[in-house]
Amino acid sequence: MTRITQITGTGIPLLLDDIDTDRIIPARFLRCVSFEGIGEHAFKDDREQHAAHPFNLEHHADGSILVAGRNFGCGSSREHAPQSLMRWGVKAIIGESFAEIFFGNCTSLGVPCVTAERPALEALAKLIQADPPLEINLDLQAKEVRYADTIVPVDIAASAHEALVSGQWDFLSQLLDNKDAIRQTASRLPYMNASV
Amino acid sequence: MTSNLFNKVWDQHTVGTLPSGQTQLFIGLHLIHEVTSPQAFEMLRERKLKVMYPERTFATVDHIVPTDNQARPFADGLAEQMMSAIEVNCDEFGITLFDLKDDRQGIVHIVGPEEGLTQPGLTIACGDSHTSTHGAFGAIAFGIGTSQVAYVLATQTLAMNKPKVRRIEVTGELASGVYAKDVILYIIRQLGVKGGIGYAYEYAGEVFDRMNMEERMTVCNMSIEGGARCGYVNPDETTIEYLRGRPHVPQGDAFDKAADKWRALASGSDATFDDEVRFSADQIEPTVTWGINPAQSVGISENIPPVDEFPADEQTGVKEALEYMSLEAGKPIRGQKIDVAFIGSCTNGRISDLREAARIAEGNKVASGVKAIVVPGSQKILKQAESEGLHEIFQAAGFEWRAAGCSMCLAMNPDKLQGREVSASSSNRNFKGRQGSPTGRTLLMSPAMVTAAAIEGAVTDVREMLSPVTV
Repeated sequence: MTRITQITGTGIPLLLDDIDTDRIIPARFLRCVSFEGIGEHAFKDDREQHAAHPFNLEHHADGSILVAGRNFGCGSSREHAPQSLMRWGVKAIIGESFAEIFFGNCTSLGVPCVTAERPALEALAKLIQADPPLEINLDLQAKEVRYADTIVPVDIAASAHEALVSGQWDFLSQLLDNKDAIRQTASRLPYMNASV
Repeated sequence: MTSNLFNKVWDQHTVGTLPSGQTQLFIGLHLIHEVTSPQAFEMLRERKLKVMYPERTFATVDHIVPTDNQARPFADGLAEQMMSAIEVNCDEFGITLFDLKDDRQGIVHIVGPEEGLTQPGLTIACGDSHTSTHGAFGAIAFGIGTSQVAYVLATQTLAMNKPKVRRIEVTGELASGVYAKDVILYIIRQLGVKGGIGYAYEYAGEVFDRMNMEERMTVCNMSIEGGARCGYVNPDETTIEYLRGRPHVPQGDAFDKAADKWRALASGSDATFDDEVRFSADQIEPTVTWGINPAQSVGISENIPPVDEFPADEQTGVKEALEYMSLEAGKPIRGQKIDVAFIGSCTNGRISDLREAARIAEGNKVASGVKAIVVPGSQKILKQAESEGLHEIFQAAGFEWRAAGCSMCLAMNPDKLQGREVSASSSNRNFKGRQGSPTGRTLLMSPAMVTAAAIEGAVTDVREMLSPVTV
């Protein structure tokens, strides 16, 4: 898989806390058997209720680096949420913190979720609002976000960092590599030998 | 010093360490439903993979199922397409499906325990965040995304980071009219919606020891609302007696042998934890949410706190919540008019929930203008309730009696709020738009409190209906 080391693009400022996955993708858009076309429904209800929602603004339309708040992606485990953001054009998310299931879903899609301190996020969001074409670079290898003449240190779980920068975020192949060990573990488990 | 249950079960299921440093964890039971599985099966087809242990995965249908007219094809073409997809997928990959014609059908987190599939010491995964429910049995159970559903199908394993474990002790005794739902809403209010990130929660102490399995499931179900992907209660005699004789547990002597192993998994009195917190049952009263996340709640006798009582960095969110809900800080939640009353969901759609709600509904009438529905969590619960005559009590009181499914908890089916309606709901999420109307409003509470609100037409204190105040 592709090594994900550098992501460069413009930003989308969405510095709100506790944005749940129902808001990212309302449940009625989960009535599908494929993720195709799901990008257009990202933040559908929020966008309809708020003309000034960043996902509505023409000058953020090409944004690929989402600046988020605390506990982003909480709630439902629906992978439809990161799928819709990714298909909208989001390539990386910088936030204060992420809900765990959402974080794992993003990692398995090759979308890094990195954390930064609140003041740094506020400064970045403000700057994007003032200067939407601002070029932002996430150097995942170095765990830094760079824009203008600013460098912001960011963090990410070591395992996700390693998986993304080494191009090993296709966990399925790695898991499949260990089929013998899986069978050995299964054979040790008491319930695997009983009738189900 | 002994290990806590979480660590014991984790270690037993560890296959190895992956290059990323994550644990490859064996999954003992995989549950799937129609919403988060179709793309996973498609991944398997694309990669020409089979299901490694098809007998370890069970499927049911719940999210999209209509609870009134279940005739096929469904009126909603998209729902019909999803239903057909899971039928085809389970057939092709050799997975047992509890479909609508099967009396084992129901909400995934209700049928697992009901069938005895959910057992102590298992690792359990499902493409659904409320998988934490199964932790009530002393299992490690957590929600996963669709890619991970494909991983479990193909390898029966996941790549996981081991969480820390926080022991949450609640001492004392719950007062009459205070339920498991109130306990977990209280815990989430105290620890916050993100307090559990990076943690598994162990619920311990007198309050949980005394709870029956259905109450423990209600508590564990909402662990994820506090940010904890997984929550559990140690297995004890209550757990074992609940499981005895269920279809998928060992039978006869084999059951007693299994039960001995289950008992041994419980965290010992000298087990250590990464964090411990303690609450007292006498601080918990019937609890109702006023906001747009499950931590935004108050006891029924309290007022919604003033905005400036919240930490500075939460005040924007609090203002947003109050504005969306059209509620005022400093005012009580009691007396808030409701339009809809919903009893059901994987949190509170079990037989004990329905019995308690029926006890309050009996002899009363749903207030005029309130639409009240009762949705049993499974076909078996529906049959049990009908055999006890609960449906007649509900219907006589003016509640609609529906077929099993997720219904209005997430409204992926025809059961939805309309416009700005306010719902008193026994479900688990009060997020904006959660119950099907983009502007709908949800007040979370126990099924007993929902019933009381349905009768009153407004949020009220169920304790006054249970034991009339004598002057």
